[in-house]
Amino acid sequence: MNVPAAWYLILAAGLFGIGAFGLLTRRSALIMFMCIELMLNAVNLTFVTFSRTLNDISGQAIVFFVMVVAAAEVTVGLGIVVAVFRRRSSTSVDELSEMKG
Amino acid sequence: MIALSHAYSIPSVLVFVTSALLILIGAIGVISVKNPVHAALCLIMTLIGVAVAFVAQSADFLAAVQIIVYAGAIVVLFLFVIMFLGVDRREHIHFEPLVGQRAFAGVGVVITVAGLITLMARSHWVSGATSVTTKLSSGNGNVRQLGTAVFTTYLFAFEATAALLIIAVVGAVLLARRERPSQNEESA
Repeated sequence: MNVPAAWYLILAAGLFGIGAFGLLTRRSALIMFMCIELMLNAVNLTFVTFSRTLNDISGQAIVFFVMVVAAAEVTVGLGIVVAVFRRRSSTSVDELSEMKG
Repeated sequence: MIALSHAYSIPSVLVFVTSALLILIGAIGVISVKNPVHAALCLIMTLIGVAVAFVAQSADFLAAVQIIVYAGAIVVLFLFVIMFLGVDRREHIHFEPLVGQRAFAGVGVVITVAGLITLMARSHWVSGATSVTTKLSSGNGNVRQLGTAVFTTYLFAFEATAALLIIAVVGAVLLARRERPSQNEESA
């Protein structure tokens, strides 16, 4: 008998938590993007686990679309990082404070 | 529901432990190492762990896509940007610009994860309708079912992703393009 789905769900919850903690505490924009990837992967793992549990292919189809959106997000995000780095020679998000009231 | 018993087959437990170790060690590495190149390599470790978990749950196609797209394209893109910008300088991890930021983040994350796990342990989510779209195959591998679902049920979303990718590529080129004021003045 395979391991229960709950093990994978708890693993995904832990991965999501680690990614969220990194996103909240690190200040390099590149590392923050990597933490967003960690959180997206945790959600993908949850979708695949529920797909197996509910015996339905929709979970896997949605993971496919999440991957496409993640690729597009990384492309645009890294473009923004490059544009910001040209102007400030840094990727720290703390320096982007022009819109502070 | 999470009662430990010895009824689970040894290989499935071993695969789960392997993927869990890969995922957690890699994830902790991403958020704790100082050098961005090392963080990208730790990210690859996590992605491979997630691919192992996908294979263990008979999502073979997604595991292959995970390796090819994430580890092969997205992380390489990260590494390109890190090398291109030369931002392999180390970040001061122990410096906190907002006092108590780390403690608040830790408390919030612990509350979120505890809520998720409580929800999973106490709710009866498997009592919903099963196999609404398409059943999984009885054996291993669901490539045929996944292809059928993507090209029939989710055809509109699939076409939308094509537009999304084109827009993202054009946007990235526009954002990262170096402006050349001298040429603009000449042409004007």
